[in-house]
Amino acid sequence: MSSITTNQDPSRWEKIWQSNMAYSFRRNPVAMVSFAIFAIIVLAAVFAPVFAPFDPYDPNQIDIMNSEYPPVWVEGSDPQFMFGTDDQGRDLWSTILYGTRLSLLIGLCAVALQAFLGITIGLTAGYVGGRVDNLLMRMADIQLSFSTLMVAIIFLAITQAMFGSQTFNRFAIYFLIAVIGIAEWPQYARTVRATVLAEKKKEYVDSARVLGFGPLRIMFRHILPNSLSPIFVISTVQVANAIISEASLSFLGLGMPPSQPSLGSLISSGFDYIFSGSWWITVIPGVILVVLVLVINLLGDWMRDVLNPKLYKG
Amino acid sequence: MLAYLVKRLFQAIAVMLVISLVGFAIQDNLGDPLRELVGQSVSEDVRQQLRDELGLNDSFVTQYIRFLGNALQGDLGTSYFFKEPALDVILKKLPATLELVLGATIIIVGLSVPLGVYTAIKPNTILSKVIMGISIVGISIPVFLTAILMIFVFSVELGWLPSYGRGDVVHVFGYWDTNLASWDGWTHILLPSLALASIMLPLFIRLIRSEMMEVLQSEYVKYARAKGIKPRRIYFLHALKNTLLPVITVGGVQIGTMVAYTILTETVFQWPGMGFMFLEAVNRVDTPLIVAYLIVVGFIFVVTNTIVDLIYGLVNPTVNLARMGA
Repeated sequence: MSSITTNQDPSRWEKIWQSNMAYSFRRNPVAMVSFAIFAIIVLAAVFAPVFAPFDPYDPNQIDIMNSEYPPVWVEGSDPQFMFGTDDQGRDLWSTILYGTRLSLLIGLCAVALQAFLGITIGLTAGYVGGRVDNLLMRMADIQLSFSTLMVAIIFLAITQAMFGSQTFNRFAIYFLIAVIGIAEWPQYARTVRATVLAEKKKEYVDSARVLGFGPLRIMFRHILPNSLSPIFVISTVQVANAIISEASLSFLGLGMPPSQPSLGSLISSGFDYIFSGSWWITVIPGVILVVLVLVINLLGDWMRDVLNPKLYKG
Repeated sequence: MLAYLVKRLFQAIAVMLVISLVGFAIQDNLGDPLRELVGQSVSEDVRQQLRDELGLNDSFVTQYIRFLGNALQGDLGTSYFFKEPALDVILKKLPATLELVLGATIIIVGLSVPLGVYTAIKPNTILSKVIMGISIVGISIPVFLTAILMIFVFSVELGWLPSYGRGDVVHVFGYWDTNLASWDGWTHILLPSLALASIMLPLFIRLIRSEMMEVLQSEYVKYARAKGIKPRRIYFLHALKNTLLPVITVGGVQIGTMVAYTILTETVFQWPGMGFMFLEAVNRVDTPLIVAYLIVVGFIFVVTNTIVDLIYGLVNPTVNLARMGA
């Protein structure tokens, strides 16, 4: 086959450019704008140390005397702090950049963990079937009936009480990833299982089995690549939800500590000062958080419409 | 049906047992009841003796069975901080949380059905697009942030509504003080209910809309149209009825999520309910209260889920109960 089609084989970039998805992307202004904003936020977060004028983790650069300066467009500001400073005298812009980095990192890692657990379990349940399927899906049902946030709040609250806040704060990022990652696996498992059940009946799976491939190889090399589009679709929603969950947990004081704030803990520390008029400590990180989650949700909506015409509901 | 009911009941009991086991494991490992009881000033011998008397040296299983027996009789231990039975402490806080959830539910049901139906019937009007646009923004704002922004706008900047607490409550009976009987109470409950509703409302609008659009494509709706039945009657009688099935299922799951969100809402508004109490208990390492909260909330989850499943089986005759029970 390949020898016939080699003449003028389109390059990889061209293939991507001419694909269905890229076509609809170019036709959809909402998706393009969302993607552009998402890319800017990700780049700003990844290169936070380059863009940030101060290092919010370095106590030498923080002066409590600088605390609660408003943003530059408000009277009484200090021009070196573009978005003002927080209650500890940290430059808000730098702190937000580092915080976005943490929020994104936790969100992505948690979803990666969810996907790993969910895909493995979903593939096994769908492919093996029978008792195993029954047991795994019943577990998923029960897990789903408890809301993620509830499970996370209780787990983190108890961990914090058990280890004391000093130790907890040091490992908070791992606890957050673990709890958000583990609590949401059924979302993936259910989706993957449903696709596997549909794919399993197709002929290519039979032929692979006839060729003597083992179940593991068939599951991961043959069925999984054909089940990817629903996985992509739910991944976007899951990342958005994970970022919201992380922010909520940090807001409750069960997540990232104020010394190393994510967007949620930054909002939380600003909330104490909102009554005294220092709205920017809460509002500016809040806006960034909402924009970040919103563009991911919009991209998710677009992706669902493109990849899954059957699910398209207007 | 009966077999399904029994099976569902067994499952509920099994889940409750697991929750109680988790609760007990926490009780067993978190904090030292002896220190709470006698402080630091007692000698080691007396401590050992007390431990024996309290049964703290018994095996894990013996202690768990004792814990379970007490729990079944409504004894979930005594709060270290309040020096009262933990269950009583929670029951005192329960009405505040329930009223908050009730307020949010009224807002959600009252708004999501008309808005969802409207956007499904007229998907291309500007108003529909605005509603859908607002709803995706709404989904993207975490509930605590909505609450904070509302406080900032309506309490700090405009000064129209109070920002914390329950205000004047009217005693009804038992532990139940209500917010719904005085003007001051109404002004206090408005913002928290709106905040709590804000995250679920878009979800339900979108759900009702998509289900409704699907139903409107179905044969029986086309048939009803062909028969000349008035559109209003088709939409609200024929179509809406079948839209509500999935809404009930999702609604059941969301009740659990709602309990979690009450923790956030109550924290922001310092609403004296269960959620706020739970976070305080965590900060005070008040183990019996934490465990009691866990068990009460687990119980609420399990009961609502079981009821929702049963209702679903009742209203939807096409559900294959034998298979669902398998």
